[in-house]
Amino acid sequence: MPYFLPFWTLLNKEVQRWFVSPIQTLIAPMITSSLYLFIFGLSLGKRISVGTDITYIQFVVPGLVLMGVLNNTFANSSFSLFMSRYLGHMVDLLVTPIGPAQFIIAYTLASILRGLVVGGAILFISCFFTTLPLHAPWLAFLMAGLASFMIAQLGIIAGICSDSFEAISIYTTFLLLPLIYLGGMFYPISILPSFWQGLSRFNPLFYTIDGFRHCLVGVGDAPIAMSFMVSGAISIVLFLWAAALLSSGYNMRK
Amino acid sequence: MSNKPTAGPALEISHLSKSYSGTTVVDDISLCIEKGEIYGLLGPNGAGKSTTINLITGVAKMQAGSVRVFGYDNVRNYRETRRLIGVMHQEVVIDPFFPVGRALKIHSGYYGVKDDPAWRELLIETLGLGPHADKKMHRLSGGMKRRFMVAKALVHKPSLLILDEPTAGVDVELRRALWDFVALIRKEGTTVVLTTHYLEEAQQMCDRIAILNRGKVVAVDSTVNLVKHIERRTLKVWLDGPVQEVPPSLAEFLPAAEEQGRVWRFSLGANQRSGQVLKILYSEGLGIREVETHSPSLEDVFVNLTGLDSAGRARR
Repeated sequence: MPYFLPFWTLLNKEVQRWFVSPIQTLIAPMITSSLYLFIFGLSLGKRISVGTDITYIQFVVPGLVLMGVLNNTFANSSFSLFMSRYLGHMVDLLVTPIGPAQFIIAYTLASILRGLVVGGAILFISCFFTTLPLHAPWLAFLMAGLASFMIAQLGIIAGICSDSFEAISIYTTFLLLPLIYLGGMFYPISILPSFWQGLSRFNPLFYTIDGFRHCLVGVGDAPIAMSFMVSGAISIVLFLWAAALLSSGYNMRK
Repeated sequence: MSNKPTAGPALEISHLSKSYSGTTVVDDISLCIEKGEIYGLLGPNGAGKSTTINLITGVAKMQAGSVRVFGYDNVRNYRETRRLIGVMHQEVVIDPFFPVGRALKIHSGYYGVKDDPAWRELLIETLGLGPHADKKMHRLSGGMKRRFMVAKALVHKPSLLILDEPTAGVDVELRRALWDFVALIRKEGTTVVLTTHYLEEAQQMCDRIAILNRGKVVAVDSTVNLVKHIERRTLKVWLDGPVQEVPPSLAEFLPAAEEQGRVWRFSLGANQRSGQVLKILYSEGLGIREVETHSPSLEDVFVNLTGLDSAGRARR
């Protein structure tokens, strides 16, 4: 109880924090995704071929779902940590018996939960636009969880290392969004010239998006096993980085 | 993780040091605070009081020395020490997302302590937070936020309570309620470490006091003993009319004029008496309207040791 209760309280608080603002955390991404589905699914999508057995809207739905997962996971872990530091109430956690491991797991789980809830909601909305073949749904869920875990670590790193709103927006604008959009969210990388195809394979989010799509609709540019391995390896590196930052007290303990 | 304090002092600080950007803010501080004491850390701004508290609670990383809380090392056994400490920081920091009652419940959980609604309610009522218990933090006034911070420090029933300037900017009512409450929890065995700029409060509340200046401990003693060290008393005499000079025979009493010579202040050593001064004044034909003697206070000790008054103004 003395070890579990502090962790459970922090996790519960972090979940409540995003749960009490559903417009910002749930409704807004659902509306954005609905617009994407309308534009790329019902209008432009009919004129685009992805060179496989599936339609363009079936191709783009996994990308939109994972974009929702990744954006919301990152927003949760990065902003929650950054705002705690910015407003100064991080000190309330620093004086408690909560250790670095409990801290990182609580923030990660709360962020993954938000990411998966948003992803699930987008998947639900997509049912009104198309029917997905559902190739390996449990593997798809696993990949979404792994991708979310990876980005939660990046969010924790950003939340610790950023000292201003501008600094944290750099992670979103110049790192996360380009990696998502260039990671094959709207197109298969096989249609790119060979140089750009090769470059795309250095994008870690390509493996999460492609792997998720492969599991969900059975179409992908990389083998599923490779997507899991690359995503898992990057997740471990980011987790160790975030854990090292938290354990050292970098930017938190003066 | 033990919730019970062990044998030994409540807080033992040995050779604690901390520098920021090459400036030493805590310089080889050693203190020993016994269980059940109310212990004051006093000093002018920048003396290192808050940094010492941050080092005790783990908010700051120490560069040298050690801190033991009820026998537990605050680095190796950080879970035990933090469980035993409740701290109210000087800056008002609140999580704006939650209402008062729920925030207190969350804080209790952070320390691995199951919510005790009766204790939570007692804190809320004692600190006058009752009408605001369902309000979110950002809707509270500054004074109410400080009250909440006191409740937050106490909600997990700590054995060592650290209050960093708890009465700064709060009204008289809360100040009184807070000190009454501190006296009450001390009776129940809680050790209290506090910093304050109100030296009268420290003199009334603290069993022992450490005076810090420029990161160093310049005095540690019981409040009574500290005041005893200042042997000189002050005699203040209101004369019938203004006098520009007093007789030379009063020079040994270090006379100082106030209010254009209507009031004179004399300093009396251990073997000097007020009557000697008054006798000389009478013999010179100076009419005396009123007399006041002033025993040394903590403020005098503070000025004597730091050269600053409690507001940080130079006095020497």
